[in-house]
Amino acid sequence: MKYRKVAVVGAGMTQFVRRAKETPQELAYKAVRAALDSCELTINDIDAICLGSAPDSFDGFHMKGEYLSSSAGAFRKPFMRSYVGGGTGVFVPIQGWYHVASGLFDVVLVVAEEKMSSYYPHAQAAFLTIFDHTLERPLKPNLLWIFALEMNRYMTTYGLSKADIARVSVLHKRNAADHPCALLGDPNITVEDVLQSETLAWPVQRLDVSPVSDGAVAIVLAAEHIARRITDKPIWIEGVGWCLDTAYWTNRDLAYPRYVDVAAKMAYDMAGIKEPRKEIHIAEPYDPFDYKALHHLEGLQLAERGKAIELYLSGEAERNGNLPICPSGGLLGVGNPIAAAGLMKIAELFWQLRGEAGRRQVPGNPRRGIAQAWGDLMQVGTVVILGR
Amino acid sequence: MQPKSPYIEVVSLNEEDFSSGQILFRHDRLIAHYAWDTGIAIGYFLGGLKAGVILGAYCSTCRKTVTPPRIVCEWCFRPMQRFVELSDTGKVNTFSICYITWDVKRISEPEIPAVIEIDGASPGHGFLHKLAEVDPNEVHIGMKVQAVWKPPEERCGSITDILYFRKF
Ligand SMILES: [Zn+2]
Repeated sequence: MKYRKVAVVGAGMTQFVRRAKETPQELAYKAVRAALDSCELTINDIDAICLGSAPDSFDGFHMKGEYLSSSAGAFRKPFMRSYVGGGTGVFVPIQGWYHVASGLFDVVLVVAEEKMSSYYPHAQAAFLTIFDHTLERPLKPNLLWIFALEMNRYMTTYGLSKADIARVSVLHKRNAADHPCALLGDPNITVEDVLQSETLAWPVQRLDVSPVSDGAVAIVLAAEHIARRITDKPIWIEGVGWCLDTAYWTNRDLAYPRYVDVAAKMAYDMAGIKEPRKEIHIAEPYDPFDYKALHHLEGLQLAERGKAIELYLSGEAERNGNLPICPSGGLLGVGNPIAAAGLMKIAELFWQLRGEAGRRQVPGNPRRGIAQAWGDLMQVGTVVILGR
Repeated sequence: MQPKSPYIEVVSLNEEDFSSGQILFRHDRLIAHYAWDTGIAIGYFLGGLKAGVILGAYCSTCRKTVTPPRIVCEWCFRPMQRFVELSDTGKVNTFSICYITWDVKRISEPEIPAVIEIDGASPGHGFLHKLAEVDPNEVHIGMKVQAVWKPPEERCGSITDILYFRKF
């Protein structure tokens, strides 16, 4: 084995809300406190901290890593903040993993925080700076354009209908109704509700999109010899992968996420997984928009190209189906505080694999799950496989 | 011992808490002005637009023509061999019909952003622009389009020297 084994031993999260009274520092602290309490550790047991948070522009505060460090528990400790856009939440545990797998540290705290509500009047405008300043910003783009353009290319390439894609939003928002931290859980939402919601940038409608949110999540990672002392139910990080595609997004095949494909194959190789569809029991693909869950399931090799929708149409994607997808409720239902949303997926797998997911619990003692996030200029794929 | 919940409540505010002065907050704006250099490849590209020409870059190793042009080919990481003139026609790779502005205000006349694959570039290579002079219901992926240019004396070396693309 090239690396030391690394386990997730604790997790905690704040509620995801549209607008939190707490500052980003206070949100980070609350999540860290819950994660430490969950495994009965103190901050003195932590060797290093890895923190993920998305653009500084949400907060209007440059050097957000430094701003958040002390409240995340990093006072006088090795600390690193990483950022790969929406992919951050699944990248930061990868960073925590190699801090421990390398042998450099034994116990590492991984924290992801996002407060999007400070930006006025709407956080969407903070995203404008991701567009090329010379060739794109003069066209006065908005963030929804790139999703709408990608969604149209994806659904047209494979002949998918809006009504079918809406099934994703419905399942995730219904799942979220069972999550105590969810912002947009709705046990009664229907495909009709999604199809009749306001059209923002066709084909994207209001209920195809995850909500702007505030929130934080933290997990604790430990090397094998420590993990077994902390808990009798360690959840192992079996594989990690990440990859960036070209930043020239208008030169890319928008119908297929190659960056997820490459990242997933890296993670499957590490985990010794040959047949993902048989060996993965829960999937938490990144779902800021309903079509993205489908797009990503295909990149993760959990469905043929253009066929991920069949998992939803057949019921396999439901909690009691063959391949439960986003049993947490995903970004569409729990909420989308960017970096925190990705780490929420890791925390969900941790709880699911330990049998601690409460009303969200997937039956049948699932053994292995995959979480994935995506971001930057639609170009980064980050993947983590967890197993018992 | 009763295990502690890993789910932590936070205090959720709504817009009314702000408008009614129920809570303390501070409102401020950032000042950020920039003058961005075009660089080499985009400098040529903008010069081309001013002259009414769309440029790409050709990699002789990969035999690939890309646009917008760049100085290095990401596929082989060798320098691009030369800039090449492309057509000002192309086809719609994908499009959206957008009813909101960048700050989420409603607009009645929708905008139609699109990725245009430019004729003369390798398949799948194009850039972001807008469509106009077309019924939104008629736009489709694969539609042939052509650039509508500003009059030469109004062009300034900007992506907006192309006003929009229209059906061709
Ligand atoms: Zn090349």
